[in-house]
Amino acid sequence: MAEKFDAIVVGAGPSGNAAAYTLAKSGLKVLQLERGEYPGSKNVQGAILYSDALERIIPDFREDAPLERHIIEQRMWVLDDESFVGTHYRSDEFNKPPYNRYTIIRAQFDKWFSQKAQEAGALLLCETTVSDLIMDGDRVVGVQTDRLGGSVHADIVILADGVNSVLARKAGFRPELNPGDVALAVKEIHFMPEETIQSRFNISGESGVVIEMVGKITKGMMGTGFLYTNKESLTIGVGCMLSDFKKQKVSPNQLLEEMKNHPSIKPLIEGGEMKEYAAHLIPEGGYKAIPQIYGEGWMIVGDSGMFVNAVHREGSNLAMTTGRIAAETIIELAEKQKPFSARNLAAYREKLDASFVMKDLKKYRNMPGIFHRNPQFFTTYPELVNQAAHTMIKVDGIDKKTKEREIRNSFTHRRSLFGLMGDAFKMWRAFE
Amino acid sequence: MNTIAKVEEKLFQNRYKVDAGRPHITIKNPDICAHDCKTQQCSVCCPAGCYTTEGNGRVVLITDGCLECGTCRVICDDHRNVAWEYPRGGYGILFKFG
Repeated sequence: MAEKFDAIVVGAGPSGNAAAYTLAKSGLKVLQLERGEYPGSKNVQGAILYSDALERIIPDFREDAPLERHIIEQRMWVLDDESFVGTHYRSDEFNKPPYNRYTIIRAQFDKWFSQKAQEAGALLLCETTVSDLIMDGDRVVGVQTDRLGGSVHADIVILADGVNSVLARKAGFRPELNPGDVALAVKEIHFMPEETIQSRFNISGESGVVIEMVGKITKGMMGTGFLYTNKESLTIGVGCMLSDFKKQKVSPNQLLEEMKNHPSIKPLIEGGEMKEYAAHLIPEGGYKAIPQIYGEGWMIVGDSGMFVNAVHREGSNLAMTTGRIAAETIIELAEKQKPFSARNLAAYREKLDASFVMKDLKKYRNMPGIFHRNPQFFTTYPELVNQAAHTMIKVDGIDKKTKEREIRNSFTHRRSLFGLMGDAFKMWRAFE
Repeated sequence: MNTIAKVEEKLFQNRYKVDAGRPHITIKNPDICAHDCKTQQCSVCCPAGCYTTEGNGRVVLITDGCLECGTCRVICDDHRNVAWEYPRGGYGILFKFG
């Protein structure tokens, strides 16, 4: 292929599709390369779609995007071995269009988003793995693919190739991932009749529920579990820091199996037919782990640039936003006929700094480190909270004042008064 | 009664196009796994159970069930003994739902 493009986008996930769509719509000549059989066939997510990020790209996406359920209720559970203490937030405000967020099935959603990029004029080649970047000195001028005679040239290459980004590592744009900067998540999808899901989760029509979980299910590792309702299926999964998996030598499959057997979770998934088991790394290193995201003729978007807000379980919206902003930066330069040099592409980083993407990541920059050094937030506290609830709720002839003292003592016994104060300060530092 | 499903049973539900004879992941130097790596965490932490430790301490890798997550490569940070590439275009795991 001797043809030359204005831009090459590597990958057809949320960030790559956002970039390809935005570029193609402006009239630029875009080639998008995807290693899977179809867009989405290599991609894994929980998955929640936040409407805002997509609305800014495709305002009327609700008309034909494959959406599962709009979320009207969020449950947060803190689990012990046989119990959980939880909060539920449900509002009919979330049940009025336009809906704020949806559950989606990525293989279907990514295919749809990619179709939109193609309709806007992007050329998509599937079953094509990009093996290397083609360099001219320190400048990226194209990509080498595994197809016969597969070198293609472009003025700019956007790396939207996901958390493992083989390309960014090979080119030296990014170091190897650190086990402390990524979470490993495993998940399954279970199919069951729509009515079963509606009655089990107290929902009707296409409204849905998400449950986020912390505590004993992660065996002391820093991580969370989740259970999402789709139209005719449930997604259940658990993710923990890879450094913790390594240190504790835990089998991810075993972890998920035990979570599925938790007495509060088991009845919810009972009778479902498991149809897929998936695993994926999530870049959770936060602000401090973000690499250089632009250079001579190249830009990095999405998971490849570590754009995930672990605290708020946001990733795909950051991916779409970084993809869109990267594309807008290119379009502005192209209009002014300026070259895609590192100096000019610095505008990309500046725009991200001014957006919610970097502002949010910066806000939580200390969070990963604080939680790494203080595993009690994932072990001791869930236990104590559950024991406290049990003590207060159980009617057994012991007076309430004695019970309160018992609870207070259990906290100071396990963490000491200074420990508790220190933990409160650390939490404040993490979220300030 | 708790039921614990084996990973092999679960992978059976997945769709793959195996690139026969061309594994996309290889162990660079098997002797390092056998003699220098005491933890062999890949044999526990690979979510698809692709790595197994044999009686003689050697680690055997079969990539057919690989979910392409990258865990084995990232977790081998003491020895950097995993050569990891994506499969050729169109091959490997093909998620139906993702």
